[in-house]
Amino acid sequence: MQYDTVEKKENKVAQYGAAFFVGLLFALGLGVSGMTLPSKVIGFLDFTGGAWDPALAFVMLGGVLVYAVGFRVVTKRETPIFAAKFSLPTRTDIDFRLMGGATLFGLGWGLGGFCPGPALTSVTTFAPQVLVFVTAMFTGMLLFAGADKALKR
Amino acid sequence: MIVDTTSWLLALLGGALLGLASVALLFFNGRIAGISGITGGMLLRPQGDTLWRALFFSGLIIGGLILTFVYPEAFPAAADFNRSYPALIIAGLLVGFGTRMGSGCTSGHGICGLSRLSRRSFIATGGFMSAGALIAAIVTHVFGGTI
Repeated sequence: MQYDTVEKKENKVAQYGAAFFVGLLFALGLGVSGMTLPSKVIGFLDFTGGAWDPALAFVMLGGVLVYAVGFRVVTKRETPIFAAKFSLPTRTDIDFRLMGGATLFGLGWGLGGFCPGPALTSVTTFAPQVLVFVTAMFTGMLLFAGADKALKR
Repeated sequence: MIVDTTSWLLALLGGALLGLASVALLFFNGRIAGISGITGGMLLRPQGDTLWRALFFSGLIIGGLILTFVYPEAFPAAADFNRSYPALIIAGLLVGFGTRMGSGCTSGHGICGLSRLSRRSFIATGGFMSAGALIAAIVTHVFGGTI
């Protein structure tokens, strides 16, 4: 019997399971790293205050070292284990959206001390500050989608 | 400068776990582990490709729940928050809007993008680190450290 190779390779159920466990591991990594402590994040970003805390630079170092090697090893394969193909970003253009978006994100990150992953990981502490931040973050995502749609019309 | 080698090692270990999780998502599903992209895609694109994002999202939340039991030091005590609710609302709006507009956050651009030597991610990471440093310095020097 002949199978289409693409159909044969997609294993949706396994992809869902993998995504769940990767999310779980990601949360543990964030918790161990210190990224879920907003005051530590702000202490890292503010190197002018006299008490600069460089610790979180090591998060990026650890992440980049592992991913830089892992990415090169994994993408030598034709396909991922459970999916038909690798879905990788292909854009290389530097535009206003990229720079403007990164700037707005950085302002929010430095103001609140949370980036998206650590904020979501902290939700089950039910700290009202976290819940307020996450609600505002979701609203911001929806607002951008609305603005983007309105501009394209 | 604060020199606390234990927290440096924990940061390195945590970062390595983030790298490992991101490699696993690439190895098994062929996807980039970008939290803002995954969350935004889940919220905004109801057609297809939503369920794996929802499951990643659930894993992140349940991973956080596990941390509250096994490693509660990961989270700040109530007294450690020195940001007012208006500041947190503005911060959240900026983070949500900005990460969608700039196609990524600390994970997608900062870890995956830099490792892939993506030009866009180098620009974005430089941009959000600089903007974050700027506002953190302003809060320290202009607002006396709390806002």
